[in-house]
Amino acid sequence: MVTYIIRRLIGAVAMLIVISMVTFGIFFVVPQWAGATPEALASRYVGRAATPETVALIAERLGFNDPVVVQYGRFVKGLVAGAEYDYGAGVEQCPAPCFGYSFISGQPVWPDLVDRMPVTFSLAIGAAILWVLAGISVGVLSALRRGSFFDRLSMGTALAGVSLPIFFTGMISLVVFSYGLGWTPPGGAWTDFTVNPAQWAYNLLLPWITLAFLFAATYARLTRAGMLETMGEDYIRTARAKGLRENQVVVRHGLRAALTPLLTLFGIDFGLLIGGAVLTETTYTLPGLGQFAILAIRNQDLPQVMGVVLVAAGFVVVASLVVDLLYAVVDPRVRLS
Amino acid sequence: MNFLDVKDLKIHFPTDDGLVRSVDGLSFGLERGKTLGIVGESGSGKSVTSLGILGLHKGGRARLSGEIWLDGEELIGASSEHVRRLRGKKMAMIFQDPLSSMHPFYTVGHQIIEAYRIHNDVSKQVARKHAIDMLGRVGIPEPARRVDSYPHEFSGGMRQRAMIAMALSCDPELLIADEPTTALDVTVQAQILDLMRDLQREFNSALIIITHDLGVVAELSDDILVMYGGKCVEYGTTEDIFYRPEHPYTWGLLGSMPRLDREPTERLLPIKGSPPSLINVPPGCAFHPRCPYAERTKGKADTEVPALAETEGGHLVRCHLDRAERQSLWENEIKPVLETQ
Amino acid sequence: MANTALTQTYNPSTKKGGTLKAAHSADWDSLDPADTYYGYSFNFGRYYWRTLTTYKTGAGPDGNTVVPDLAEGLGQPSPDGKTWTYKIKSGLKFEDGSPITAKDVAYAVARSFDKETFPHGPSYLNELLDWPKDFKGVYKTPDVDYKSAVEATDDTTVVFHLKKPFASMDYVVQMPMTAPVPKDKDTGAKYKEKVVSSGPYKFETNEIGKRFTLVRNDQWDPATDPNRPALPDRIEVQLNVNADDLDNQLISGSIQLDIPGTGMQPAALGKVLPDPALKARTDNPTIPRLWYVSVIPENKPLDNIACRKAVMWAADRVANQTAFGGPVAGGEIATNVMPPPIVGQEKFDLYATPENKGDVEKAKQALAECGQPNGFATTMTFRSDRPREKALAEAMQQALARVGIKLTLKGFPSAAYFSDYAGNVNYVKENGIGLATHGWGSDWPDGYGFMQAIVDSRTIRDAGNYNLSVKNPEVDKLIDQASAELDATARAKLWVEVDKKVMEDASILPVVWAKSLLMRGKGVTNLAYNEGQSMYDYVLLGVE
Repeated sequence: MVTYIIRRLIGAVAMLIVISMVTFGIFFVVPQWAGATPEALASRYVGRAATPETVALIAERLGFNDPVVVQYGRFVKGLVAGAEYDYGAGVEQCPAPCFGYSFISGQPVWPDLVDRMPVTFSLAIGAAILWVLAGISVGVLSALRRGSFFDRLSMGTALAGVSLPIFFTGMISLVVFSYGLGWTPPGGAWTDFTVNPAQWAYNLLLPWITLAFLFAATYARLTRAGMLETMGEDYIRTARAKGLRENQVVVRHGLRAALTPLLTLFGIDFGLLIGGAVLTETTYTLPGLGQFAILAIRNQDLPQVMGVVLVAAGFVVVASLVVDLLYAVVDPRVRLS
Repeated sequence: MNFLDVKDLKIHFPTDDGLVRSVDGLSFGLERGKTLGIVGESGSGKSVTSLGILGLHKGGRARLSGEIWLDGEELIGASSEHVRRLRGKKMAMIFQDPLSSMHPFYTVGHQIIEAYRIHNDVSKQVARKHAIDMLGRVGIPEPARRVDSYPHEFSGGMRQRAMIAMALSCDPELLIADEPTTALDVTVQAQILDLMRDLQREFNSALIIITHDLGVVAELSDDILVMYGGKCVEYGTTEDIFYRPEHPYTWGLLGSMPRLDREPTERLLPIKGSPPSLINVPPGCAFHPRCPYAERTKGKADTEVPALAETEGGHLVRCHLDRAERQSLWENEIKPVLETQ
Repeated sequence: MANTALTQTYNPSTKKGGTLKAAHSADWDSLDPADTYYGYSFNFGRYYWRTLTTYKTGAGPDGNTVVPDLAEGLGQPSPDGKTWTYKIKSGLKFEDGSPITAKDVAYAVARSFDKETFPHGPSYLNELLDWPKDFKGVYKTPDVDYKSAVEATDDTTVVFHLKKPFASMDYVVQMPMTAPVPKDKDTGAKYKEKVVSSGPYKFETNEIGKRFTLVRNDQWDPATDPNRPALPDRIEVQLNVNADDLDNQLISGSIQLDIPGTGMQPAALGKVLPDPALKARTDNPTIPRLWYVSVIPENKPLDNIACRKAVMWAADRVANQTAFGGPVAGGEIATNVMPPPIVGQEKFDLYATPENKGDVEKAKQALAECGQPNGFATTMTFRSDRPREKALAEAMQQALARVGIKLTLKGFPSAAYFSDYAGNVNYVKENGIGLATHGWGSDWPDGYGFMQAIVDSRTIRDAGNYNLSVKNPEVDKLIDQASAELDATARAKLWVEVDKKVMEDASILPVVWAKSLLMRGKGVTNLAYNEGQSMYDYVLLGVE
């Protein structure tokens, strides 16, 4: 077990290294193929109508004149050993893990990432609770009343939920519930949990529901399919033959088995989400990792992109490891090796 | 009145393609301490019958009619909840494939304890002791250790023993075993059959063994009921069926019996064709499309449903052929072939 | 009523108090006065900084003139136009109570020189002032005396020394490079996290990239500042707000000010324009911004002026205007380079055609004169992430096809448009680019502010050009003349000459003088559109 975890963690680090190299490569090598010079790269990080002298200064300052390998080495060194940042009036130490400083704002990346994590965590956790509860209960009821009006209605709604993008449902719900009915706060409302839990929940309610709607739809469909399958299993017949009450049959024997495959999906979904719920955060102007990622990409701010990509990938890797460990607990047939 | 009496049981399933008559007018009786073998190919309605007795079709799409009397109680008209309370306690069932019939996520012990505690208001510790005890009684070595194993950690034979332990945990008075040995090796089959016979004697329960293989019931059964197309085609004592069978289908089953001394694929008197559709049951005698003697029925084979008629001493046969002709066919054509071994 | 705030103060008020809620759909480039180069930032920054001069506040044509702010009066140029002297008021204080002196202004100007630390800010003063050769900025070369460029001769006198005569200095010093910075509080690139206020408000909180809050600066003395009524007690700004949601919030009233002030998103326009009640809350000013097509004389046959004129004649101005969003959301059909809000602008039309739909006959004549009677083929670039530019390119393609000029359209991302494509000399040559969509807004509303960057051929370098097509020595000569002309009226006339020369050269095809559609926030008082800012005058605002 311990060996397994260690091996998985080593694999995870290797994967993060590959991801970082690919991200770095996309950022530097691809424009180089297209013929971009260090100055062309640097011209993204200067103001309007910057002079060639300014652009050249920035290219040098950001290290674009060095070979990509050297630049990557500098990035890795920053992560492992920390880095220094010259802000003109002095030099700042950036302790490891140092993801560097934003090309645009000059802000250190790591504290900014850490700062945004609670927002994304809050969003992901609340939404996950909602979508798991809603998705599973609707899925179970649909499966048990297969073909009924409820089944058709909920599966139709679920199809809509899967198909409609967040920025659509999000914007519509903002217009209806915030600006129309005034029940929920407008986009951009965020209060830290530690400051005011009630306000925290109130502000996040609409993003939670919107995000949960999307996922609940998938989970309802999968739960329904899983339940239909497991409820036809022999061991369900056995459970009934033992004289178990039907609700116990459904919950203890049916649901338990039907939900196990969902665990993997949930782990990955949740891992991805805490790495940034990009569309939801952008639509509702929540200052989380997803919004950070979008801004970083829009601004082509490499240190920020690297930071958010690695953090997000790290979450996914950890989530999938946790899922695999949990799987072994849930399904005794699974052996970790 | 018998301990179990099934009278004119019909179990029909409406489907988009038509009405499936899985069981269509079945009657039989069974005493405590006695064993009935129900024999037939897959789709003959034997498993549906057993699930019907346990009330597992209730609340589903099935249409049930007829009467099932268990120890003086009629079950078809009884409430689902009442039948549920009987299930597992008064009547229990052993399923065909113990790997798929036991929940993969729970230990064997957990599943036995669960079965026991449904009907007995005892603590988990008591139930656990009982489970270990039951596992020991069905011949599982080191039951106190194995009680915490998962089904996939058992061998096939051990799993079936565990399944039996689970079924017997509440001392059921009626035990139905549906193909209890099909999934097992031949040697293990024999052990399990011995075990079931011993346990039945010990518990003095009524036992129904459902199988497609006459060999399984040869040693165990007092009576045998042969089913075809949802109906009983021959019923008699084990001696009747093995030594004086009168239905061509039974002859076919006898000819299909796998034996230790033959390759499993080798059949002496294979039954041609496949089991009938339960939606469009062939007119007349359901067996006639596959019956080698259909032309000897004077044209009644595909027009008239033969009645289940008593020949002698409770031996019932559903066949258009004259009794004398049947006996002569058996003595002169079938028996010699079967005895060539 | 719509457009009320263009000519007068809407909902005038002197009532103090309340919180003004503002939002920005992107991030600030920087809150540091040395490191910012957006109109909204110059406008909004006046809440927490004061510069030597500023635009006259309020609505109406006076808004594009400058008035003193820190200074007691406008700049005093030397007769040769190379030295400008500003006297600043006394009794001015930073938020910490320390006095603001001429030294702090000179220091602020000097620190803005370091483009490695402040890459976003404008470089006018880097170019104009006579910096010592060995000066690399106040951080890298702290010992070099920069008095040859800017100096505080005493506590209240700032003197600028220019390399060559320059007349528009009063406009340049309204930019935030002259906002005073106390040297002992200067933290270089990190100063934007804690800017020391010289204006009526100071930072209470500042989360870079997310939000900040301004509260009253009790060290600011209203007696020294006739320009800022400083009505709200508090100003809250949220950054990186979803652009569509920002419009919704502005409509519903949960925010009161859209910081960028460049107009609403298409989604909101569709909602606002058909709704009389919402439309009544809007103002639709023409701003000093021109959308145009550069007609590049780099490649054959557009090196021939007759062929360029054929493009002028063949273009369908109405179709082009429609492509840019029509008369309300897009702008007014432009007939020359300088937009109406520029001081001294004159409207003229060298290529007038019936109903502005182009003149096929005249275009064909020009083509014949050019030796291409059957037309020719060339490539037109546009910014692919800007739907209006794409539509414009398509409209041009159709209109020019009428006279046999075949356009191949190529779209490129905004971020690399000037560095790698349309503004890259080699790319233009090698790929035979003939036409390029372009847009330009002025940094200040006079001829120099608008024209210099896009028509002076001497600004052209290998890559990153904004002047894509005007390479005319006569134009350059006129620019020098105008820059040195200290008489405002004569200067304005010279810029009109520049405009005419460019139009004669047929190297710019004007499309529209842009209009923006601004919405007045709910509950906002004392609101006026300022021509100098090309936006609402932020420092005037109050809340009910």
